[in-house]
Amino acid sequence: MQQVVHYPQIEIAGEGAVIIYLDKVASNTTIKKISQLKHSIARVLADSVVELVPSYASLLVIFDPIKTDYYAVKKVLSALLEEDTSEIESTHKTIELPVYYSLESGPDLQSLANRSGLSVEDVIEIHQKTIYHVYAIGFAPGFAFLGEVDKRIACPRLASPRAKVAKGSVGIADRQTAIYPNVSPGGWNLIGLCPQTLFDPNVAPYLTYQVGDSVKFDAITRDEFLALGGKL
Amino acid sequence: MNQQSSSYFDVIHPGILTTIQDLGRYGQSHLGLTSGGPADKQAFLWANRLLNNAENCPVLEVNFGGLKLIAKTATTIAVTGANAPLTINGHSKDSWRSHRVNPDDEIEIGFATQGCRAYLAVVAGLLVESQFNSVSTVIREKVGGMNGGSLKAGDHLFYEPSPKQPLYALYANDIPRYANSLTVRVVTGYQYDLFERSELAKFFSNEYQVSAQYDRMGYRLNGPAIQSNISQLLSEGICNGAIQVPPDGQPIVLSVDRQTIGGYPKLGSVLSLDLDLLMQTSQGAKVHFEPISIHYAHTLLHLAKAKYTDTKLIKVAL
Repeated sequence: MQQVVHYPQIEIAGEGAVIIYLDKVASNTTIKKISQLKHSIARVLADSVVELVPSYASLLVIFDPIKTDYYAVKKVLSALLEEDTSEIESTHKTIELPVYYSLESGPDLQSLANRSGLSVEDVIEIHQKTIYHVYAIGFAPGFAFLGEVDKRIACPRLASPRAKVAKGSVGIADRQTAIYPNVSPGGWNLIGLCPQTLFDPNVAPYLTYQVGDSVKFDAITRDEFLALGGKL
Repeated sequence: MNQQSSSYFDVIHPGILTTIQDLGRYGQSHLGLTSGGPADKQAFLWANRLLNNAENCPVLEVNFGGLKLIAKTATTIAVTGANAPLTINGHSKDSWRSHRVNPDDEIEIGFATQGCRAYLAVVAGLLVESQFNSVSTVIREKVGGMNGGSLKAGDHLFYEPSPKQPLYALYANDIPRYANSLTVRVVTGYQYDLFERSELAKFFSNEYQVSAQYDRMGYRLNGPAIQSNISQLLSEGICNGAIQVPPDGQPIVLSVDRQTIGGYPKLGSVLSLDLDLLMQTSQGAKVHFEPISIHYAHTLLHLAKAKYTDTKLIKVAL
């Protein structure tokens, strides 16, 4: 069943939720538009919106269905979507994160290199050369889905996920990369460790990046990793 | 937190899974934090209302039961939700009403026989430090409540000392009924239009059963598998009650502790009024789904709100 879909699209999600689809695929431009739209909606519908969840190419708008209704919300959203957003405000930051890439800190680095037909050095070089964009934050607190990983080092998730992935682990799954902010189960291919605390619910600021921001990884040595408080 | 206060409940038995909840944590999805909050919002609201508390006062959500507390100073409590034996100093007491407790009184909530989550509120709410604007406990995120976890034996749950006040109860007719067979209404949405009509007909005409995997994150159901040809869906925001259909075709109704984003196709979302009742069911409960329009959903919510506001409580003797 192939249907021609025109974007943007506003769909009902629930009794107090609509979802706006800006495109079929994720891109840097789309995620920045979504981030901008999120801020506009938060301003215009401050009284009735309770949550805004941006992710890849969509934005979920959760509202209080007693204070407002689907028809009123849709009308406001349609008007906001018609506004010219070609001028994207440059409020988005680029965050640099240090990563100790190695066989001891990245248990899947060798197998990923073998699978890709590249040397370990090449994999590291390719991974840290790309500037990534935060497409979504979720799965676990502070977990940012970053895209897009160079095709040459893209790699499917592990057939059986690990019960315990170390805090700070840098992983690749298909064409996405991410850092595990805390210990958790996980199935991504691990290639290094970041010594920085990304999310601690007891220590502000809680997270240095937002959806729409850019992230760059910088390779550091074992000594630098340890000096920055990293643990092996 | 009021560490100096001598007014607290001493947790003797924490129960299977007892957590502190308020109405939930909102405006924090940029951190990837979910809402949490009471699995059965209506029962939660009644617990506070029976004490004349503000709506958002922190209460205990007692999942399945097994809780035993000792009150260190006099206060008034209210218990609502699952049908579980409530006793004070071994004497059987009614739920869905408030009770005066005196110093050293033992409060016990036994195991639920109908429904699975009870709510215990105290005058002015439990005194808990909020995290990200809420005290709601989300164990998976280690946020809220008692250091992000469930109650443990020896925990002290602080409250404000309170003078005697009138006691209230709900009229029997106003008490929600928890059943093992229920029809939940669904506001169709998300990828609904992308499912084949025959698959939608299958979903809305067959019976599903609550599987062994049911918790505050979501209820996985067993029944006729729903096929979808929807491939390569980008992860997107998930609202409370969303019904997702993973590749095995067994629907999952997502609830308060759900992850904020996910990539499975969804049929829409369960009406909150019915989600509260679904969240009181356990493995084996029979569920039918009925599609409704957003228009009708709004009407139902406004009527439910009007009825809630208009409901009179019975004043019971001290």
